[in-house]
Amino acid sequence: MDMNRFRDHLRAIRGPIGSLDRTDIALIGAIEKGLPLTPRPYAEIARGLGLSEQQVVDRLAALRSQGTIKRLGVVVRHRELGYRANGMVVWDVPDDRVAELGRSFSRYDFVTLCYRRPRQLPEWPYNLFCMIHGKSHDEVRARIGQLVQECGLQSVDHEVLFSRRRFKQCGARYHGSDAPQPAREAGYGT
Amino acid sequence: MAHEAPAGALDALDRRIINTLQDGFPVCERPYAQVAAQLGTDEQTLIGRLGRLLDERFLTRFGPMYQAERLGGAFSLVAMRVPAGDLERVAGIVNGFTEVAHNYEREHEFNMWFVLATETPQAIAEVLGRIEQASGYPCYNMPKLEEYYVRLRLPV
Repeated sequence: MDMNRFRDHLRAIRGPIGSLDRTDIALIGAIEKGLPLTPRPYAEIARGLGLSEQQVVDRLAALRSQGTIKRLGVVVRHRELGYRANGMVVWDVPDDRVAELGRSFSRYDFVTLCYRRPRQLPEWPYNLFCMIHGKSHDEVRARIGQLVQECGLQSVDHEVLFSRRRFKQCGARYHGSDAPQPAREAGYGT
Repeated sequence: MAHEAPAGALDALDRRIINTLQDGFPVCERPYAQVAAQLGTDEQTLIGRLGRLLDERFLTRFGPMYQAERLGGAFSLVAMRVPAGDLERVAGIVNGFTEVAHNYEREHEFNMWFVLATETPQAIAEVLGRIEQASGYPCYNMPKLEEYYVRLRLPV
């Protein structure tokens, strides 16, 4: 959902979601645009919420360790930083090997996302998807070759779908600038 | 792209900041000071550089990455097979849905791939039904069944 809808969604929440209480929800709402660029960012967030700095630090640490926050940090605009080739690589893997291969793929630095998804037979036989960003198509193909070789996938059907153009990019804008919406991180949250 | 900036505009410190902060950001009283010390710079320089990298749009964001499903939302990846001559029309229809977060053309018979983000799981099927009706083509819904942990990181 785009960020305005996300904000409405957070506001509409009356009770806890799962293990999150209302203070957690308010904290998530307060930082979804980004962390303040001030020496004590958590103190500034705390002031806005009527909490202490220590409470914000403790809650953020808990949200992170329970996995609601996957990571704090930066997301790069990959195209602007020279990663111009974006290949979605799809594999038709025997069901009993998907988890093992997914875990193997995720150990490679150049694999940026890795998911199991349903096949859509007969048209779409692939059940393991990974994203490989590279500086060129050849670089992405070379890395696929490396995966095939090192993971023993010579007999597994696969295809690479390079992106040709972006029809639309919007959604997550978090850092609070009024500039036009930047690209959403490819595959974020999907 | 009008807003593209050349990667050459980054100096060595910018690159180290980006690479370090792709790995995470501390939760403590003076997090910028802690990262700055690690990078051999000072707190104010780090804060200034980060602001510039965001303003100049080398970074899409600086903050938390959520596990969105834990917050009640639903997401799916959807593919369509659209004849080349009809691609513009269908892209216009698909992009018109606010639930479509991003939409890529890919080099394949399945040539349109978009991410759908809704507030509830039930809304996914409903929106796909409306897209199918408006476009005249089937949507292939491919929600993630399992996610393999990936340390999302692109060295710059």
